[in-house]
Amino acid sequence: MSSQDKGEAPTVEVNLVRRRLLLGGAVAGIGGVAAAAIHDGELGGPSQTSRGAVPWQEGTADAPPGASGSGYVFFTVEEAAFIEAAVGRLIPNDPVGPGAVEANVPFFLDRQLAGKFGRGDHYYLGGPWPKGTPEQGYQTRFSPAQLYRAAIAAIDKYVGANFNGVSFSKLNAADQDKVLKGLESGEIKLDDGVDSKTFFTMLLQNTKEGYFSDPIYGGNKDMAAWKMIGFPGAHYDYKEWVSRHGERVPYPTVGFKGRPGWTET
Amino acid sequence: MATTLKPVDAVLVGFGWTGAIMGEELCEAGLNVLALERGPWRDTSTDFATGFAQDELRYMWRHHLFQNVADDTLTIRNNVNQEALPMRHLGAFLLGTGVGSGGVHWNGQIWRFLPSDFLTKSHNQQRYGKKAVTDYDLTVQDWGITYEELEPFYDQFDKLCGTSGKAGNLKGVIQPGGNPFEGPRSNEYPTPPMIQTYAPTLFGKAAAELGRHPFPHPTGNLSEPYTNPLGAQLGACTYCGFCEKFGCGNYSKASPQTTILPSLMAKGNFTLKTECEVLRVELSPDRKRATGVTYVNSAGEEFFQPADMVILSAYVLQNVRLLLLSGIGKPYDPKTGEGVVGKNYAYQTMSSVNVFFEDKILNPFIGAGALATVIDDFNGDNFDHAGLGFIGGAYIAGMVTGGRPIEMIYTPTGTPNWGLEWKHAAAKNYLRSFSLSVHGSCMSHRGNYLDLDPTYRDIHGRPMLRMTFDFTDNEHKMSDYLTDRAAEVARAMNPREIKLNRRTGSFSVVPYQTTHNTGGAIMGDNPKNSVVNKYLQSWDVPNVFSMGAGAFPQNAGYNPTGTVAALAYQAAHEIRARYLKSPGPLVQA
Repeated sequence: MSSQDKGEAPTVEVNLVRRRLLLGGAVAGIGGVAAAAIHDGELGGPSQTSRGAVPWQEGTADAPPGASGSGYVFFTVEEAAFIEAAVGRLIPNDPVGPGAVEANVPFFLDRQLAGKFGRGDHYYLGGPWPKGTPEQGYQTRFSPAQLYRAAIAAIDKYVGANFNGVSFSKLNAADQDKVLKGLESGEIKLDDGVDSKTFFTMLLQNTKEGYFSDPIYGGNKDMAAWKMIGFPGAHYDYKEWVSRHGERVPYPTVGFKGRPGWTET
Repeated sequence: MATTLKPVDAVLVGFGWTGAIMGEELCEAGLNVLALERGPWRDTSTDFATGFAQDELRYMWRHHLFQNVADDTLTIRNNVNQEALPMRHLGAFLLGTGVGSGGVHWNGQIWRFLPSDFLTKSHNQQRYGKKAVTDYDLTVQDWGITYEELEPFYDQFDKLCGTSGKAGNLKGVIQPGGNPFEGPRSNEYPTPPMIQTYAPTLFGKAAAELGRHPFPHPTGNLSEPYTNPLGAQLGACTYCGFCEKFGCGNYSKASPQTTILPSLMAKGNFTLKTECEVLRVELSPDRKRATGVTYVNSAGEEFFQPADMVILSAYVLQNVRLLLLSGIGKPYDPKTGEGVVGKNYAYQTMSSVNVFFEDKILNPFIGAGALATVIDDFNGDNFDHAGLGFIGGAYIAGMVTGGRPIEMIYTPTGTPNWGLEWKHAAAKNYLRSFSLSVHGSCMSHRGNYLDLDPTYRDIHGRPMLRMTFDFTDNEHKMSDYLTDRAAEVARAMNPREIKLNRRTGSFSVVPYQTTHNTGGAIMGDNPKNSVVNKYLQSWDVPNVFSMGAGAFPQNAGYNPTGTVAALAYQAAHEIRARYLKSPGPLVQA
């Protein structure tokens, strides 16, 4: 064994600015979309060496990258029409609870697709790209944003050819449901390399994400989807209620920014 | 050209649970230890503070704490006749990265395997005949270690974590309220069990009425404040329901951060380098000794780090891949059955039963990662398998890890996945439903293995790992039998209806099942049947140790972390007691 060198003074070499950049990006936003962080607690930041101490830095919390601004920055007018129509059928509005449109899901989707998710962060997109078996999961070259873009155009092309030249958003609700079911089952085959089932699965998943995620991401407006099911939100402590079996927890619904009335009037 | 650095006594490749355990133990022995972690530094107050920890979208669905497959993934196929394709998005299992790794975003389910689990081949063969362990081309084998040998190290991990639970077998005496099937414990759990919420309570009552033996799930979510032997303090869990896939903002889930790092990071003989990925272990010309590791930092610079010992303490899949990339041990060939590296890859056979009440408010959002009442009556060899046509089993848990609404809304059989009917079912059932988890074993099989992919490469140009895996008839039969046992308990709870989610068909990478990948660097009693000896030491290159569940010759019906940690502690103990005095094989081949 080589000799140890215990005598050295503790050294902590960290990059002071990395998470401050993130916080700045999350709060300010650029063009309505939070700026992508250089480093946000994931692989790809500067290498660090720590010795003799925990490398804690003040003001370096890895804050969540919420949505900001208004209006669409990713969707074109035609795409927005498709999305609003489609998510409105996936989760329709009625007195029981909000629909996806009323919950602001299209805005959520727009910000997700304009950001890291849309670019395929956490997707491996390298080739070659054989189709694979259903068990092998997502097998396409498209990033999520590319898939949405290609799929919406392909679906409108399919609808135009099969429903007298109109686009999806102009169909009546029953026909829209028919098309969505055809995408879900894979019965509808789309052009331009778009797998209908793959797209439908992603659209439905992302719609439910926008419906039920924290409002900082732009959907779940007024936490109405949480209120509908009885989820009280991002509470930290339920100790008092653990043994109170069968009782409704009376806590108000809260998100990361509190609840309406705390900071907003 | 790699820059050669100053030698260290030991280099740790990966810094999760086993890296932290080995770091602490080897530094205590006076060694100069360097840990290389390819992910970033992470800590409670900065990376998952209570102000933003409960974020289902970011952590679960955007994989914020998980391995980014854009940088590194593996290829997967069900059998050798298929072409393996990259896992392009995490699904079935959620790999960790960064300091603490999976130890940050695990549930905190702390189990010990049964004494008979370590004797899978000999025990089952003795009780059910030779055929029972060779049917379906199973390649199960004994571990080369006994529960009794490992018990002190299970105990050590319980004390490190402050595990909350109730012993069922104290030194051979069965204890009321605990798991009567477990192996003998030398000590009671360090802290009492968590308080059960409504759903697990109903499960326990129904299970007892059926003559089963319910007990509280042992948890690394602490029931009360605890100070561990390293002086680290953990707080009491607040049942916020964000454990699995999330970091705990409350210092109440055992993790490397909450149990070891406060001690280890302060040591002058320990160094951690983050965002540094090890590319391979370097060997001496005769390939009998590791000289160190080559790693690359985030600037793309390569370094050769000389070391007297190399500890592979990354996740199973990375450890096996590094062994293959470095040429340590003979790769397994499924055609001939020869070779050992990559052999006996196994998983976990999961199924569930959803339970829907008409009028009972269950408040599923009040939860914790291991909050459950469990029965172990049908796990391992706790029941007579004669005539059943399978070996192995599962625990059945009435478990409420939380009520995160994107992931955990259960709807009755026949409900569509979208539309008004789905929305109404979600609104009606969210507060009144929960899921029984059937956590099944997975036996090893001749055709299930890991090797290097011939086509796909990672960002460093290295071949990806290739996984060839499917569930066998043994696993399907076991899972069906166990799911039926879970359904019996579900029905005895007198719900409005239940829904069985059986494990059918081939293994799919899409739906989340569990991050319990095992095997590929298996342990055993001789170099012909295993990669490492019972001290996790490579038979071929004795100054290389391979930690983790890669050592499991097959997987039992329990979560692996307790056994992973116990094996690491045992290896550390043996290294400190014998290896450092006389480096060389700890077991003669």
